[in-house]
Amino acid sequence: MSLSSEIAIPVSEVTDAYVSLRQVAKTYASTRGSIAALLDIDLDIQPREFVSVVGPSGCGKSTLLKLVAGLEGVSAGSVRVAGRQLNGPPDRLGVVFQRDVLLDWRTILDNVLLSIEFTRKPTPAERDRAMALLTRFGLAGYEDRFPFELSGGMRQRASICRALLADPELLLMDEPFGALDAMTRDDLNVELAQIWQDTRKTLLFITHSIVEAVFLSDRVVMMSKAPGRIVDTITIDLPRPRRLAVRDSAEFAGYVHRIRHHFAELGIVKE
Amino acid sequence: MRGLFTGESEARDIIAVLASALLLWELGVRIFHPSPLILPSPSMIVAAFLEAPALFLRHLAFTLAMTLLGFVLAVVLGVALAVGIIYSRFLERTAYTLLVALNSIPKVALAPLFVIWMGTGPEPKIAIALMLAIFPIVIDAVLGLRSVDPDMLNLARVSRASSWAVLTKIRFPCALPSLFAGMKVGISFALVGAIVGEFVAGNYGIGFQILVAQGQFDTVRVFVSLLLLGIVGTVLFFLVDYAERLLLPWHISHRARSDRSVGQFAN
Repeated sequence: MSLSSEIAIPVSEVTDAYVSLRQVAKTYASTRGSIAALLDIDLDIQPREFVSVVGPSGCGKSTLLKLVAGLEGVSAGSVRVAGRQLNGPPDRLGVVFQRDVLLDWRTILDNVLLSIEFTRKPTPAERDRAMALLTRFGLAGYEDRFPFELSGGMRQRASICRALLADPELLLMDEPFGALDAMTRDDLNVELAQIWQDTRKTLLFITHSIVEAVFLSDRVVMMSKAPGRIVDTITIDLPRPRRLAVRDSAEFAGYVHRIRHHFAELGIVKE
Repeated sequence: MRGLFTGESEARDIIAVLASALLLWELGVRIFHPSPLILPSPSMIVAAFLEAPALFLRHLAFTLAMTLLGFVLAVVLGVALAVGIIYSRFLERTAYTLLVALNSIPKVALAPLFVIWMGTGPEPKIAIALMLAIFPIVIDAVLGLRSVDPDMLNLARVSRASSWAVLTKIRFPCALPSLFAGMKVGISFALVGAIVGEFVAGNYGIGFQILVAQGQFDTVRVFVSLLLLGIVGTVLFFLVDYAERLLLPWHISHRARSDRSVGQFAN
């Protein structure tokens, strides 16, 4: 697969988007030649916008998140966050991974404080903030427990608290609820929608659940199978704050159907 | 059923098993009367020990000192080497490859060399104990230091953690369970090393006592030494095990001892 630059759509380099990807491609070297994971990715995320990326397994959506997190470099194109070309993780970034990656030997509170403790000793104000976040996520009383004493949903809540502690501008979430059971997942969807409503982080959310994406997002970005390309972007115009009941509405069903139908047309899912 | 083998009281189980074995041994000797040159009874062994307890304990103390010195040096050097191997491609390619290669030769066969190099004092004993103990420690420490979830390391990068912070806050604690596994093997190997060192040269220690008793065809005294070694080896192993439990109460192998024991027997 060649990267021809003559088809590049001229787009303005100057943008007020918080995250801006231009003609991004990512290829990996392997023993059987290079493998393209992402191709021709153009994506802008406005400040305080909630954008989800949905796509089949292996479509490169996690790679996309790693590029925006500055954990991996692009093979072509550019990634800008807060107007600056990335050369490593950007400032004021919080990340939540699919696995909660809590440290087994630290209490929940100490795990939440970890992102600060990597560089310095947390202040009493930061400890208070950590406690407030834990309380907010229903984990008050569990701050001195160890991760193995908590359920999967509680652990993932703690890892969200950890990402929010330093009050990031940009929050990246890589299938954070993918490993949870359906009921816990619904709970966490509602809680995340609520906290986003209150704090208005710029949020890039990776998921393979269309329902989850529609429920949470302002815009849903659809990706094709490898090499991952953006096949469509759908603006979700549902009222906020969103409660679970919104999923029973005809508009909601319409969005879900539209996205699923589009994936089916592309041969990515069966209808 | 609670009690024996359910992990409710490990110490009691161990004592019960050992006591039964000794009792069977004593009974066997009393019934079949083998020559004491071949197999003395436990009571004869205890009696021989009580004839000269100070002598045995002095030699045992020497062997124990060699073992512990060798072991402690193996842990310090082994962990330092493992950290070096993790952070340096060069060391991984050279030191680690060499270690794995050397591990496959019978290291006991190298013991005479140490006598040539270091003489007949305590040094070669400590060195051989160190050499035997360091292999499992380095190999398990490297394994442990590498067993960190890549997303944990990603999180550290996003949080701008220094290499030192990653080592001390993530990698090292994460490696502890594996390191302890290596140390449990290492402590037993260190004892083997100390004895081998005493076999090869020197005039002190339990290994030397065994050689002297063998020269006199004094089977009972050989058994006294063996029994003492068995006790010391067991105690050393459980001391490491105890330290592990104190340090790693969060680790999965200590969360539900009884569940684990049941699981093992159900396999």
